[in-house]
Amino acid sequence: MVELGSCPLPFRDYDKVTIAHGGGGVLTQELIQKLFIPAFGDAAADATPTDAATLAVGAGRIAFTTDSYVVRPLFFPGGDIGQLSVHGTVNDLAMAGAQPLALSTAFVLEEGLEMGVLHRIATSMGAAATAAGVGLVTGDTKVVDAGLADGMYITTAGVGVIPDGVDLRPERVVPGDAVILSGTIGRHGTAVMSVREGLEFGTELVSDSAPLNGLVESMLSVCPDIHALRDLTRGGMAAALCEIAEIASVGVRYVEAAVPVPPEVDAACGFLGLDPIHVANEGRLVAFAPAEEAEALVVEMPQHELGADAVIIGEVTEENAGVVTARTALGTHRIVDQPLGEQLPRIC
Amino acid sequence: MKYLEEFANPELAHKLLAEIADTVTKPWAIMEVCGGQTHSIIRHGIDQLLPGEVELIHGPGCPVCVTPVESIDRAVQIARRPDVIFCSFGDMLRVPGSHGDLFSVRAAGGDVRVVYSPLDAVDIANDNPDKEVVFFAVGFETTAPANAMAVHQAHGRGLTNFSVLVSHVLVPPAIEAIMTSPDVRVNAFLAAGHVCSVMGTRQYEPIAAMYNVPIVVTGFEPLDVLDGIRRAVAQLESGRAEVENAYERAVRSDGNEIARQMLDEVFEVTDRAWRGIGSIPASGWQLRDQYQDFDAAIRFEVDHLSVEESTACRSGEVLQGLIKPNECEEFGTTCTPRHPLGATMVSSEGACAAYYRYRRLDEPVSHG
Amino acid sequence: MCLGVPGRIVDTHVEHGTPMATVDFGGVTKNVCLAYTPDAVAGEYVIIHAGFAISLLDEEAAMASLDLFEEIGLVESRPLVDEEVES
Repeated sequence: MVELGSCPLPFRDYDKVTIAHGGGGVLTQELIQKLFIPAFGDAAADATPTDAATLAVGAGRIAFTTDSYVVRPLFFPGGDIGQLSVHGTVNDLAMAGAQPLALSTAFVLEEGLEMGVLHRIATSMGAAATAAGVGLVTGDTKVVDAGLADGMYITTAGVGVIPDGVDLRPERVVPGDAVILSGTIGRHGTAVMSVREGLEFGTELVSDSAPLNGLVESMLSVCPDIHALRDLTRGGMAAALCEIAEIASVGVRYVEAAVPVPPEVDAACGFLGLDPIHVANEGRLVAFAPAEEAEALVVEMPQHELGADAVIIGEVTEENAGVVTARTALGTHRIVDQPLGEQLPRIC
Repeated sequence: MKYLEEFANPELAHKLLAEIADTVTKPWAIMEVCGGQTHSIIRHGIDQLLPGEVELIHGPGCPVCVTPVESIDRAVQIARRPDVIFCSFGDMLRVPGSHGDLFSVRAAGGDVRVVYSPLDAVDIANDNPDKEVVFFAVGFETTAPANAMAVHQAHGRGLTNFSVLVSHVLVPPAIEAIMTSPDVRVNAFLAAGHVCSVMGTRQYEPIAAMYNVPIVVTGFEPLDVLDGIRRAVAQLESGRAEVENAYERAVRSDGNEIARQMLDEVFEVTDRAWRGIGSIPASGWQLRDQYQDFDAAIRFEVDHLSVEESTACRSGEVLQGLIKPNECEEFGTTCTPRHPLGATMVSSEGACAAYYRYRRLDEPVSHG
Repeated sequence: MCLGVPGRIVDTHVEHGTPMATVDFGGVTKNVCLAYTPDAVAGEYVIIHAGFAISLLDEEAAMASLDLFEEIGLVESRPLVDEEVES
């Protein structure tokens, strides 16, 4: 048991891990800051608040990241857990500006999993890695008792090389920076919810799961001085913006009307009582760049398929440090919160 | 989406705002009863646009806020049973009871499931005949017909492993409780549109007359709320106190008669405790005798409920508009959204939680 | 409380003796219970709460409300409230 000291959160609320601790919201952050980092002690001295660590190797730098994938169901409109496990890790490397060099894959398989299902997922991983230009070079396989793993869990780790002159860190975000969104939000989370047991709804919408390294490469080619990138994952756009605002101690202000939301996402969020800015994505990013280079970026990004709807949504401010505000259609400002944890449909 | 976007039109919103500013001559306190209205007000920043004379008080119309701790504790106890699949709307999972919430039950291995519709819980009962399936039937008059249908259908389908933990609350008695409070400072009410879709508007007429208070039924989009405020201010300024329907597209004066018949068949009126306010006579529904077989509170005897509620919490006064959240000594110190002492800090749209969120700004925006 | 969203009925059917409908919310469809608005037919709009249609949406009344809001502006024309509201 960790000594709780003067920071009892989140243990005062929960003496056991809850599903919300893995939701990518406030509780996940607290788990990292108040349990893992203190428990790791000196070993965590160089831990990064971002999804990938940057390590000096000889004269160059590499980015290093790892991520576990648990998704129910294993197949969803527009993707599957295998493809996701490649895209997510490639994207974490890309957010550090790195071109992926190699990935590892570790499987936890549930006893009784259909071999055909495993084959489909493995094939999908291979195709995703090839499309992203990265090799799957090492791995591991474990099997657990039936009933323990929702079919399968996948953990991938990745390394990539950061080009000279590229320095993407939240700490570099400064007042005046433009905030650029690469495309529509909420498609992945909506697609997964549409096939989740108990929530099922009909839609043509498919996940936005995609590797972002190609888009990032072209963005850096026109603007090597981008200050920070963040892929939008669990917790949605809101979580990404809030994290940057907190780490960089700046305010982030965006215009709601500028954020492209597919009508299907809007509709699903409407009847489930969710906010599209909290819904998960797997192939979208926000960029923080010097304002004078923002126009060049939103001209360049649509050249790439994944940046087709790129748009400047807001700016970084000195005031309201650590807070994200959205300008509504009525001209008012509302505060955008990190979701606490998992997004749940509500009636009120 | 059709019939939503049109009612969020900024140009029309500013026309309504201008009309409100033109009409108002003195300070008025208007309570929006329903959490859905509060959500819209905060989500669109409507309070930031109103003239200073108009103060909005966030009312008690949110099951997350007012479901009594005792009901949460009972739900947690039942959900912990290994033979139970406990089904709930997503709203209730994070509401803290005396000793934890439904999320922590799930963390401890309990089978707690979020459903979109109560009928989903009935299907789960049908698919799991060796389990007891319990649905947490919370909410106001809007939600009660859905929950009543679940009981009715389970009865019709002969499902003996389905039951409901009922904690339904009713709007009119709460309005009366607020109006009979000695320090009442509410001048008008925005009544909850979807409650009235079910119940109609007639039951508000005696209240408006007895307490000389305007009651305007509104919808939930920005124009709906603004039109409600506009009409309430117009009534107040001209000395009228009537029931007005500003949500005609979804509310008839008689409500939904088929739904009310089902409610009458399944439920009967009972006294109910409201979190932060206390017991209000005849302010809830419970299952009628002929449906007692479906009452989870009877089926699962829960002993030794030791309900702990903060005595320092002044949410009852906040809910009635008697004090502002930041006038409470516990606000922001011992009471925060992560460690709520009371109802109004529990719900993200509760008055205290909203205040807490907005004080993070360098220049906090006023809330009416 | 009481999240209710308008949706358009696509088709109607019966499950366990209860009238049900597929409702389109604008690109997503959901199976909802129509027991409380049994006369509603395909093409009509209903308000959905917790998987139940609780009310038929009166399209004429909706239009009348919007017309009323338009007229409010015509009766008296005032400059709009300052568009930029600083937080």
